[in-house]
Amino acid sequence: MTEPIISVRNLVVEFPLRRGLFTAVDGVSFDIMPGEILGVVGESGAGKSMTGAAIIGLIEPPGRIARGEIYLKGCRIDNLPPEEMSSLRGKRIGMVFQDPLTSLNPLYTIGQQLIETIRRHLPLNEAQARQRAIELLAEAGIPNPETRIDSYPHQFSGGMRQRVVIALALAAEPELIIADEPTSALDVSVQAQIIKVLKKLCESRGAAVMLVTHDMGVIAETASRMIVMNKGKIVETGSVGDIIKRPKEDYTIRLIKAIPSIKDETRRHEVPVSPKPLVEVKNLTRDFDLSPGFFDRLIKGSKRNVVHAVRDVSFDIRKGSTYGLVGESGSGKSTCARMLVGLIKPTSGNVLLQGEDIARGLSQERRQMVQMIFQDPYASLNPRWRVGDIIAEPMRALKLVSSRSEAEDRVADLLQRVRLDPISMRKYPHEFSGGQRQRIAIARALSSQPEFIVCDEPTSALDVSVQAQVLDLMRDLQDEYGLTYLLISHNLAVVRQMADDVGVMHSGVLVEQGPVDTIFDNPQADYTRMLLNAVPDISKVE
Amino acid sequence: MSSTNNSTAAQKPRTRFQRIWDSDVFFSFRRSPVTIVAALVTFILILAALLAPWIAPYDPFNPASLNLMDGFTPPNSESMMGNYFVLGSDHQGRDVLSTILYGSRISLFVGFLATLFAMAMGISLGLLAGYRGGTTDAIIMRIADIQLSFPAILIALLIFGIARGIIPPSKQEGMAVWVLIVAIGLANWAQFARTVRGATMVERQKDYVSAAKLIGVHPLRILVRHVLPNVMAPVLVIATIGLALAIIEEATLSFLGVGVPPTQPSLGTLIRIGQQFLFSGEWWILFFPAITLVLLALAVNLLGDWLRDALNPRLR
Amino acid sequence: MLAFILRRLAQSIVVMAVVALIAFMLFRYVGDPVASLLGQDSRLQDFEELRERLGLNDPFYVQFGRFIANAVQGEFGISYRLQQPVSELILSRLPATIELAFASAIIALVFGLSLGVFTALKPRSFAAGLIMTLSLVGVSLPTFLIGIGLIYVFAVELQWLPSFGRGDVVRIGSWDTGLLTSTGIRSLILPAITLSLFQLTLIMRLVRAEMLEVLRQDYIRFARARGLSNRAINFGHALKNTMVPVITITGLQLGSVIAFSIVTETVFQWPGVGSLFINSVQVVDVPVMAAYLMFIAFVFVVINLIVDILYFAVDPRLRIGSGRR
Repeated sequence: MTEPIISVRNLVVEFPLRRGLFTAVDGVSFDIMPGEILGVVGESGAGKSMTGAAIIGLIEPPGRIARGEIYLKGCRIDNLPPEEMSSLRGKRIGMVFQDPLTSLNPLYTIGQQLIETIRRHLPLNEAQARQRAIELLAEAGIPNPETRIDSYPHQFSGGMRQRVVIALALAAEPELIIADEPTSALDVSVQAQIIKVLKKLCESRGAAVMLVTHDMGVIAETASRMIVMNKGKIVETGSVGDIIKRPKEDYTIRLIKAIPSIKDETRRHEVPVSPKPLVEVKNLTRDFDLSPGFFDRLIKGSKRNVVHAVRDVSFDIRKGSTYGLVGESGSGKSTCARMLVGLIKPTSGNVLLQGEDIARGLSQERRQMVQMIFQDPYASLNPRWRVGDIIAEPMRALKLVSSRSEAEDRVADLLQRVRLDPISMRKYPHEFSGGQRQRIAIARALSSQPEFIVCDEPTSALDVSVQAQVLDLMRDLQDEYGLTYLLISHNLAVVRQMADDVGVMHSGVLVEQGPVDTIFDNPQADYTRMLLNAVPDISKVE
Repeated sequence: MSSTNNSTAAQKPRTRFQRIWDSDVFFSFRRSPVTIVAALVTFILILAALLAPWIAPYDPFNPASLNLMDGFTPPNSESMMGNYFVLGSDHQGRDVLSTILYGSRISLFVGFLATLFAMAMGISLGLLAGYRGGTTDAIIMRIADIQLSFPAILIALLIFGIARGIIPPSKQEGMAVWVLIVAIGLANWAQFARTVRGATMVERQKDYVSAAKLIGVHPLRILVRHVLPNVMAPVLVIATIGLALAIIEEATLSFLGVGVPPTQPSLGTLIRIGQQFLFSGEWWILFFPAITLVLLALAVNLLGDWLRDALNPRLR
Repeated sequence: MLAFILRRLAQSIVVMAVVALIAFMLFRYVGDPVASLLGQDSRLQDFEELRERLGLNDPFYVQFGRFIANAVQGEFGISYRLQQPVSELILSRLPATIELAFASAIIALVFGLSLGVFTALKPRSFAAGLIMTLSLVGVSLPTFLIGIGLIYVFAVELQWLPSFGRGDVVRIGSWDTGLLTSTGIRSLILPAITLSLFQLTLIMRLVRAEMLEVLRQDYIRFARARGLSNRAINFGHALKNTMVPVITITGLQLGSVIAFSIVTETVFQWPGVGSLFINSVQVVDVPVMAAYLMFIAFVFVVINLIVDILYFAVDPRLRIGSGRR
């Protein structure tokens, strides 16, 4: 049997915190074989990133490896002196981080950063190192590497930057690459390309990969073997196919069940038939003027630069239904959502709510009918307010309650409806987890008894298991109150699971719309097809 | 890495006192002996200044009780007239300890009011600039930038000079303290404005503001009820350091002879007086007011420094 | 690049215009220039004649225009107190202030930068803690007390250095320099240290804070993951990124050294423009005040421009437009 590239034995990583010792990684053991891609999956706080950081020796103080051993090709490396560990990094173990926008030093050209890394580890002169850097960039799929090598990071797009980061990590031919959420900050279509590049480069060099991610879909498409982690411990180890199709442990079973899939065809309810749609969006357009300043126009002759964030978008939302609006970042879906609730004024076009135009200001009673749930539950609740006051604000502002005690009763009732203890109203948002906060945000949205709720990426900041709970809650509330949702999401699987009708946006244009099953099973637009192909989905495991 | 206190959501809500005592800010206070000492020194100095008329051994500003024969008595000794002076007496026979007590009263009074003035002005303009953006922001911030590039002392001197030109000489003495407060306040508002504006620009992008806008909450109410509480943390830090700065500025102006009149001396004036006698050996007339001033400024600065670290845990 | 510089230049002109307006209002409306020029017992008719001759009866904008035109030529009228042209007064005192400011700017920059970098790289060391505590003492010590303290120790007790004045000066063209004589250099030491101390602590604390911030960035972590040496990371990557924000504030701080010298010049009886200004404020000598204000604004504007150009040289994000989209 061949020797593993890396062996981790009973690894324990601890953080001494004010309220006692926090064990981030608790007795983790695994091996990675040469050329193997090992997926490490888990929800936030599972200790998966910390395990990667421990292997490459980059745990931030006060964190420390408390116990256990790490062997690289049989040599123990967790107790090496700092200088030796430092020369090991990049040379034998490479690392790719999550955010390509911040991984590169903005003040140096990518060539300078590549050459610096190559010359640190390999006995090459400046010209040879430059030649090698150009070859690496070409392999990583950067067009015109001979000229692009002298560009600065800000001259590349996010996807291109991540290619540069991968080239940098592979510059000195390391035997192991630790990729920590390498595609999580990228759009679906770019994500697929980056996974391909990472896979190809590592295969051609025989490098092993430890792929750390929260996204089971990415693992399904990339890795051969996987580890499921939870609360610092390994829950289950096995081949990717086995774990996704036949999970054994309770935690894994629940986790897999919570992951939505774009192939999910279970329908849940019939939308009640009504003669007229609740919301009609007509030819909605929004331009942003990003023209350079007066002087630049005068001297450089720069032209006015108007970005059409949303162009001529029209759709109807049936009463009691969920309309899903999907698209990548920059597609204009969030701008659309904000125009629908009146936070942004459209350049032209109308939004009709029960036949009345609301895009340019809402009357008191209309205002009460429309509510919104936001993406980031940490930013959408005022940290200085008590939960009770947060939830009661719409009632107070719209004068729906007459007394303080009436408001309190309503808040208590709302908290129960979103499955929270009414006593929570006396606490502050920071005392709650992300999922609980999103429930509070939902309670606030419900407090004005709206008919129509715009949900802007309501679960994309949440872990999958929490996402499933919040989506369940949203569905229950829809049935209970006959709510109408507009669901904005980049996550196709979530939209498939939740929506009745769906619209696909790309560069400000609605490229395709229709009933959810039709769009997903039989897409017409090229863009929709490309998107559906690119999505890493657990249904795609062999 | 997850937080370890997710379980707290299940516990009973805590009282205000428990929350403060248990908060990270207070925890770091309890753990820093330097900060505790600084807080204690600040507290004692403020208390002593407040109680000056009751605890000062002499009334240094009552001409009837002054006797030139008491002049230049060294510390811890009796004058020819048989009066005892702990910290010695000055050239007019005034008790140095008493002048210090009364002097810090004026220094602190000017410092506090000037800081409050700068704070009120800076917060309102900063909120306005940050929330409105556009031209309003550009104008306010441009003025702040220009002013920030001039030393506060120069601005204060200028305002002082203008006031001297406008106020009739007969009223100048009585108005001096108020002119000083306005001058120092106007010299320091820009720091507050800049910080508040920066924080406001971050906060107004957050969705809790969107949520309030959505239901038609008035912009002014959003600013005061939502945004303001969230930008107060850095303001508190600047206010503390600003207080130390204002006290030093007041002392500097008085030292330069353009501050409070000698009949109502602040710590700076006392140092100005003491400087004349430094070379002839009567060191205590300068030394004790100077030490008090430095101690006060240092203690307040230490508090500000601690507050900055405590409120911004990333910097540790 | 050109557009950027031109835009900054336009902004500078606006700033100068605003300051000029303030200076003019000061000049025109604070105190009565006529009363200051004529004695107490002049006749009413003399007042009127002088008003007419000085153009004080002209409309506001004409007067302001004349003020600007004069200011551009360096003409600020006659000092009430000294009865000399203000421009002559300022020019004769300028070399003293500039030499003092220059010396202390260099001290502040050299020590501020190196101590800031040191305390950021070794934040937990005893020396760094000591330096940080001392810097806080430095911020809490008013400049005039530092000056008095230095005089007491080095001039009065030890008698190593002179306590006031500039020593012997050598005239080169229209510039009186104290840098060429030993007494001149010896006289410069104490005031330069006094003046630099406050800026030194500010620069040091700023560099430290910015560098700690940079060291937390992802690209530093990634540089470590690439196996770069500590030296390359700290001085190649971290320091250069620290410089971007530091340049602006440091530039302005150094600019304010000139204005800040008011206090130091008073303590050391240094014959510069700062002590001229303070004497003018005490007797409301408005032409000198107005001219000094314009002078400081001019220094600020020039330094601002230099800072902008430096910024441009350091940060490629400003120099080269984004190639994306």
